[in-house]
Amino acid sequence: MRVNFTVNGRPQEADDVWEGESLLYVLRERLGLPGSKNACEQGECGSCTVRLDGVPVCSCLVAAGQVEGREVVTVEGLADYAKQRAEGGGCASGACGTSLQDAQLGVPPGEAWGRAAKGQDSQTGEGTELSPIQQAFIDAGAVQCGFCTPGLLVAADEMLEKNPNPTDADIREALSGNLCRCTGYEKIMDAVRLAAARQGEAV
Amino acid sequence: MPTNGAPTKITQGSQTKGGIGESTLRPDGTLKVTGEFAYSSDMWHEDMLWGQILRSTVAHAEIVSIDTSEALAMAGVYAVMTYDDLPTDVKNYGLEIQDTPVLAHGKVRHHGEPVAIVAADHPETARRAAAKIKVEYRELPVITDEASATAPDAILIHENRDDHHSGHVPHPNIVHRQPIIRGDAEAAAKRADFVVKGEYTFGMQDQAFLGPESGLAVPDEDGGVHLYIATQWLHSDLRQIAPVLGLPEKKVRMTLSGVGGAFGGREDLSMQIHACLLALRTGKPVKIVYNRFESFFGHVHRHPAKLYYEHGATKDGKLTHVKCRIVLDGGAYASASPAVVGNASSLSIGPYVVDDVDIEAIALYTNNPPCGAMRGFGAVQACFAYEAQMDKLADAVGMDRVAFRQLNAMEQGTIMPTGQPVDSPAPVAELLRRVKAMPMPPERQWESSEGADVRQLPGGLSNTTHGEGVVRGVGYAVGIKNVGFSEGFDDYSTAKVRMEVIADEPVATVHTAMAEVGQGGVTVHAQIARTELGVTQVTIHPADTQVGSAGSTSASRQTYVTGGAVKNSCELVREKVLEIGRRKFGSYHPAWATAELLLEGGKVVTDGGEVLADLVDVLEGETVEVEAEWRHRPTEAFDLRTGQGFGHVQYSFAAHRAVVEVDTELGLVKVIELACAQDVGKALNPLSVIGQIQGGTTQGLGVAVMEEIVVDPKTAKVKNPSFTDYLIPTILDTPTIPVDVLELADDHAPYGLRGIGEAPTLSSTPAVLAAIRNATGLELNRTPVRPEHLTGTA
Repeated sequence: MRVNFTVNGRPQEADDVWEGESLLYVLRERLGLPGSKNACEQGECGSCTVRLDGVPVCSCLVAAGQVEGREVVTVEGLADYAKQRAEGGGCASGACGTSLQDAQLGVPPGEAWGRAAKGQDSQTGEGTELSPIQQAFIDAGAVQCGFCTPGLLVAADEMLEKNPNPTDADIREALSGNLCRCTGYEKIMDAVRLAAARQGEAV
Repeated sequence: MPTNGAPTKITQGSQTKGGIGESTLRPDGTLKVTGEFAYSSDMWHEDMLWGQILRSTVAHAEIVSIDTSEALAMAGVYAVMTYDDLPTDVKNYGLEIQDTPVLAHGKVRHHGEPVAIVAADHPETARRAAAKIKVEYRELPVITDEASATAPDAILIHENRDDHHSGHVPHPNIVHRQPIIRGDAEAAAKRADFVVKGEYTFGMQDQAFLGPESGLAVPDEDGGVHLYIATQWLHSDLRQIAPVLGLPEKKVRMTLSGVGGAFGGREDLSMQIHACLLALRTGKPVKIVYNRFESFFGHVHRHPAKLYYEHGATKDGKLTHVKCRIVLDGGAYASASPAVVGNASSLSIGPYVVDDVDIEAIALYTNNPPCGAMRGFGAVQACFAYEAQMDKLADAVGMDRVAFRQLNAMEQGTIMPTGQPVDSPAPVAELLRRVKAMPMPPERQWESSEGADVRQLPGGLSNTTHGEGVVRGVGYAVGIKNVGFSEGFDDYSTAKVRMEVIADEPVATVHTAMAEVGQGGVTVHAQIARTELGVTQVTIHPADTQVGSAGSTSASRQTYVTGGAVKNSCELVREKVLEIGRRKFGSYHPAWATAELLLEGGKVVTDGGEVLADLVDVLEGETVEVEAEWRHRPTEAFDLRTGQGFGHVQYSFAAHRAVVEVDTELGLVKVIELACAQDVGKALNPLSVIGQIQGGTTQGLGVAVMEEIVVDPKTAKVKNPSFTDYLIPTILDTPTIPVDVLELADDHAPYGLRGIGEAPTLSSTPAVLAAIRNATGLELNRTPVRPEHLTGTA
């Protein structure tokens, strides 16, 4: 079947989609957006979290056909999405797209570190525009292997959108659907607190 | 409390920004937060096929027949392969003992063993084709524990063993046995005023790294293959893969792709050979990605264990002796079992002074899932048991549990049970003092002005209590872990470092084969290069097999060993740079010949701080490159009869204090806080060090109260291969983890550093158990603790 939907503000058309394919599979394997992760494919780990019409969902549990005509935001579009929000634009118009230049279909094998290396000393990846929550994850040391990171970012960004001044208990509750195996969550807590604080300063 | 040692003085490069000791940020951070970082499961190639593995549905059986015809006839299927299709006489692999079949031959020995592989144009087509393969099994009785493994008429899991352990084990279903005898435990026991005995059970833990086993094999034009893979050790994989494919190692090119965590679970091969076989068979790129269900079958787990201990002490609290026997279940294939036995035995009494010991550790062959490396590697199981014993003995003697440990704590100069002296700081008593001195979390912290916040209580949002029946407990534990590969292993690493001028700036490029699995080795390599070469710009080259082996990203060893190799290669580069400087500019300033010269802030300076030249001018028109191996001091094997030997490179110590609250009516546990104090020698990157300690602590918490792979003892089949039924800590299960870092230099190690990744995983578990015992008064001799163990309904 053919599925038409909007991803990160850009209309997308996926052809030859088998009825059993998940939104996660279509994003990763058909649209070249592998940022949403495949840690469990059973709705337990949250690594595939995306926004579907604004609501955070596990994209592994959404059948591709269910997204027909709807809007999806993935980690690849998070920076633009947050920017639009900060500028008060929201995303209803579908204008908050991310350029797909850097996320072409699939990733050339072995290029990951090569690309990192091109980013100046490869120390902080300066030059890429990030959302506050993305920058906070880097600054707070909340990223180790990074496999849980995209899902956590989408979930944390959504929480801060609804609750700009979360208590620690609020943060833990909001992120309890996202497993991380590396960090023990302490630096993730730090990152969300940092993003909330910076957001507060900016207002 | 006296402590030995002092922080290392570092002079070279200490003025260069972003060097060691700073919390510089990850070079891969931006790619990881934008979703662009390419993990092994993200690999994509035009025209690629998907591989699928058919696994055994039973644990122990003869294979009567395999019929692949229906699978092969399916549209979209390009290849189906079984044992009979393997191209060479090398059909097994293994880390130390090559006992693991690439595809089952005549017999399967555990649930989920690979039997056949399929390549198809869509992953679902591959799965359906695999399901169409008909395998007829004739089931055999299952061996699941020591009694069934060593019974006189036990079926041998591996017939005709001729590996280097088979000659000294008491039964062919024992992989390896390591006794350690020192002093006279029998005689010493007679001096004991108090003796405590215990039997302990440690459940099977899974690494549960989030990035599933995956990779892409691309056939090369020269008949070889290029594998993009998530692993912990590229060269170890290569050594096992190439002979099975019948290719020379140079025709199997390996590049590390993004690794979504490891924790020991990627030391063994998973889908590497299968993907290469299918790629070479079809002539097309083949990608294999496990789902979580398959991942539980696709890698080895932490050895479950039975541990039998006897400790004695005099009435003034001095340990007299320890006798122990540790039985590790290695499952169907050897994996890292022999080395796990070595660790479990040599570290079995913990960080304490005991002159008279009688120790034995064995690993069994059974039909349970294969077990091997996981963070803590044999030391974890032992720490759970000996720390429970230390609490029992302190109570028997009538001493405070922490004071009792401090009284018996090892220190620099203590002789291990193996006869090896501990020749670097061992601040065991100090770590306990520090962790005990941390402020306690407030009592009844769930109370708020609006009543009980159930999120802070056992049971959480299930709303099972508002504080009724909730009892607080506090527990302490401390552990000892070895760092690096032990027992005489040639544990080297290789680093290639290049220095040149790019865009009017001096730039260093560091190329190693080190597997970055999330630990932050790439961050630290850049810091070392800045410190040693005085540059700001450092490029980390992708890890691949075009450079020499870096050894494994395990055993807390990479910062020590590959960090050491990077440091060493940088020093060699620095010498060459200074030679060039002397040649070009030596005649302009006498200090070039007479002073000690440093590279700092992009300049050549004297140790007095005088600038002699810009590195840009020295390096103009020059490229300096060095590739060199680096080794830590050698170790030696443990004697097979007495266990004596200089077996370990370095030791690492951490202590924990756990505070828990237990709903004693429902058996629900909430861990309130897990404080840790650890000696790290030198924190090359403090932010990463704390992240490692908190992460390791949390994995210890998981196996204390949540994590266990449940294997049916009647069938040896895994009952909970999913994140629905195998629970790892969420952010709600994980408490705050305050960390106190001590930095006492080990003079044998680069910068005085100490490998840190594993030690926090050891003492976390027994500290939580001790706290639950403290709250409930129950004995609790197994981990993980489940509600039924606390309510008497088990």
